[in-house]
Amino acid sequence: MSDGAARERPTFTGPREWVTYRGGLGMLMWGLHRIAGLGILLFLTLHIVDIFLLGFGKDVFNSLIGIYSSPWAHVMDVFLVFGVLFHAINGLRIIVQDFAPRVMLAEHKLVVIELVVLFVIFVPAAWALLAPLFGG
Amino acid sequence: MDVAFTIRRYQPEVREDPYYETFKFEAEPTDRVLDGLNHIKWHMDGTLALRRSCQHGICGSDAMRINGKNGLACKTLLQDVGAEVTIEPLMGFPVLKDLIVDVDPFFEQFKKVKAYLINDGPEPDRERLQSPEEAARYGDTSKCIMCGACTGSCPSFWPGSGFIGPAAVVQAHRFMFDSRDEGNEERAAALDGRDGVWACRTVFNCTKACPVGIQVTRAIGEVKRALTWDGS
Ligand code: FES
Repeated sequence: MSDGAARERPTFTGPREWVTYRGGLGMLMWGLHRIAGLGILLFLTLHIVDIFLLGFGKDVFNSLIGIYSSPWAHVMDVFLVFGVLFHAINGLRIIVQDFAPRVMLAEHKLVVIELVVLFVIFVPAAWALLAPLFGG
Repeated sequence: MDVAFTIRRYQPEVREDPYYETFKFEAEPTDRVLDGLNHIKWHMDGTLALRRSCQHGICGSDAMRINGKNGLACKTLLQDVGAEVTIEPLMGFPVLKDLIVDVDPFFEQFKKVKAYLINDGPEPDRERLQSPEEAARYGDTSKCIMCGACTGSCPSFWPGSGFIGPAAVVQAHRFMFDSRDEGNEERAAALDGRDGVWACRTVFNCTKACPVGIQVTRAIGEVKRALTWDGS
């Protein structure tokens, strides 16, 4: 660090570099965890907004809440369920790792277990949400 | 085999912005990436700047991003990375020239975590003895060659927000779990905080980048545990 600020040293970093790093499964799970987290935040915001609309009277609230029973809302619900489940179960995996660091030797196995648990819960939930759309 | 090395160049004397340049030449599949870089430097373009010293995976000078993943150029065979190789400097470090990054801030982190033996007790007449089991407790982290491949692979380190990085934690681990050491309280200041181990999100990039096979993420996990329970 001899010449200090005399010359700017461009650090090799930035979103393009970040997403192209080949970190494998661990990095993928970490990225999905953030995306799922943001998705949940978005849903919560939406939820707060629709409750807020109550203040504008019955009609405004009803017309908006009606959207939630449309088929598209069911499809969105499936995404929501997936996001919440992923965030929750992946979070549990991270907690398990933090409590017992030695399980990290089996990182990939833990992820497989996580995904099995995830789909065992998700598939019936998705079915329950989507079946009415197909007359089920 | 015909190979093409695409290298991220940064030559501040001649050009302000970094750029990519491709070099095509003949090589053996059993050649290492470093052999290719040496070939370029010696026969094609002498201005190519890179660090290397031992060329045998010991000194840790030639960690770089090879096809999107950190590793040592001297330990990576061409047959494992293919004929098209993209070579870039370590991420999150200031680049001085081509593949040479400024490692001063990196080594500062080792000082912060006091990566040396701390024991103010009376000096014994001979060495401080230790059982093989006690030595094995930190055996994995004692393999570290301080190349920076792990730190440069860490998403928590990339934005440059001050995380001390996995390498410093590995070094701290090596002494924290040494039965002869008594400096854990002093180390906690640098380790137990936002920029310390808690910035680790268990992404595992470090473990996969480590050229000597240290279970880096696990070591960080053990330090987290120690700070939470054993330390107080
Ligand atoms: S040159 Fe020493 S580790 Fe590669």
